[in-house]
Amino acid sequence: MEQTLTEKILARAAGKKEVSPGELINAKIDMALGNDLTAPVAIREFEKIGVEKVFDRARLALIPDHFVPNKDIQSAALAEILRRFARQQKIVHYYEVGRMGIEHALLPELGLTLPGELIVGADSHTCTYGALGAFATGVGSTDLAAVMATGELWFRVPPTIRIIFHGQLPRWLGGKDLILYTIGQLGVDGARYAALEFCGPVIEKLGMDARLTIANMAIEAGAKAGLIAPDEITLAYLEGRAQRPYTALYGDAGAPVAREFNWDVSDLEPQVALPSSPANTRPVSAVAGTAVDQVVIGSCTNGRIDDLRQAAAILKGRRVHPRVRLIVIPATQAIYLQALQEGLLETFIQAQAAVSTPTCGPCLGGHMGILAAGEVAVATTNRNFTGRMGHRASRVYLAGPAVAAAAAVAGEIMHPAALREVN
Amino acid sequence: MRTFQGKVWVFGDDIDTDAILPARYMNSPDPKELAKHCMEDADPDFMKKMSPGDIIVAGKNFGCGSSREHAPLAIKEAGIACVIAGSFARIFYRNALNIGLPILESPAAAASLAAGSTAEVNLQTGEITDLAGGHKFSAAAFPPFMQELIAQGGLINFVKGKV
Repeated sequence: MEQTLTEKILARAAGKKEVSPGELINAKIDMALGNDLTAPVAIREFEKIGVEKVFDRARLALIPDHFVPNKDIQSAALAEILRRFARQQKIVHYYEVGRMGIEHALLPELGLTLPGELIVGADSHTCTYGALGAFATGVGSTDLAAVMATGELWFRVPPTIRIIFHGQLPRWLGGKDLILYTIGQLGVDGARYAALEFCGPVIEKLGMDARLTIANMAIEAGAKAGLIAPDEITLAYLEGRAQRPYTALYGDAGAPVAREFNWDVSDLEPQVALPSSPANTRPVSAVAGTAVDQVVIGSCTNGRIDDLRQAAAILKGRRVHPRVRLIVIPATQAIYLQALQEGLLETFIQAQAAVSTPTCGPCLGGHMGILAAGEVAVATTNRNFTGRMGHRASRVYLAGPAVAAAAAVAGEIMHPAALREVN
Repeated sequence: MRTFQGKVWVFGDDIDTDAILPARYMNSPDPKELAKHCMEDADPDFMKKMSPGDIIVAGKNFGCGSSREHAPLAIKEAGIACVIAGSFARIFYRNALNIGLPILESPAAAASLAAGSTAEVNLQTGEITDLAGGHKFSAAAFPPFMQELIAQGGLINFVKGKV
């Protein structure tokens, strides 16, 4: 029987010849992840189990990124729990402030998430690593505790939904527009319990940063994972980066899937998700003119170097609108340094943006850019639920870096191509 | 046999974990602290109005969004007896099972139970009774593996038995 990429990976991890959707399996975990909010709860549960050591100190990454640099005394205490446990267990992949980055940007950058692997993380955006051809999924803290103790976890094999993008992606559009369009078509539970597999000529031309953005938001359609089969672009990205040997897996041609969608994106406009759902997507022209108080460019979704380059291309020689605060957050220290060397940070600062050290901060209403009641933000982040970035009467529009940068300059939502006329 | 009655609080579709437990309160991992803010961004007065033993009823995709276990922990610690929904987002579903928060999936019960009414729930059989009209609903049965997980009191006890 032909198998999808998801089924191939789960079968390998479960030590089986093949698996089928709906089957319950116990599988070995190649890499696990926790952060400063979820790992303290996992550590508490891990200690109840009564084993002394984690299953493999090189296969558990502990990344302080959500409320660090510590935003208050309680957050400092959480970071301290993580740090102490990492030292006590001699965790190889613990990264302190100044060396850390947003987990889902940092782990791929370090070559710790590899094709064919099964990866779990106590963070819903763990699905990001599917961009490399891994099966990666978010779990809760108790699931992470079980993995920390045993290196294994149970799964129900998900059905696969295949998304095929055809045509030519227009100028100004990127990975964010493709995934927002997908979520808009499927709805926030359209892929619930399923694995999304993205393919076709448009995906084949995308760089890794755009692919990571797409896989990152699979959870926003309810999916368990979002995968892109490895190709030359993937292998080139991993060259000199992969920290473990790996075996790339591929789905069989003709493997049956639950559903398949074929979309031609040649005429697609940049996409915006309106408050308060990532599935509430419209073409940017439908919301053009919406006044904006704050713009955030960053996060595990869009804080990578290609994202910063797109924003800088629009901000170069321009200024942020007097009514707007623009906050730019490179997702890792390496990205921050590269942006510095490429002159992007100078462009941002000349444009009067605030540039921050890596943190998840504003995306989840933690710190570094909380919204007051009635305020409107355009953000390159992943969720615009009620209260997500601050007061429950604030509103968030999700978009890619080009639309976000254009909004910062114009003071209102605008197609990036229309900026020339006003500035 | 675990049968209980509780007052029904009704929420809509796609209630996300940011609404159940806003991230601004996640600087504490203490369930008692988290419970103070249970459902705050869905209904800011919820904790003032509810009583332990009450039941949350919601539409489809309850618990979507973030993987934060703080969300089901807050519901459990607040004293909510169970959550009945049309469907659950998958990470929330796992988390609820893992920590021992009873959840029941029944689109018919979710659509029918009215705010302020009283429901009777039998967790063993998955039978839900609307005491207002006497209607009975059957929640989807858990697969045998998950029943074993529940019987052992959640994932940590289950793992303890294996290591």
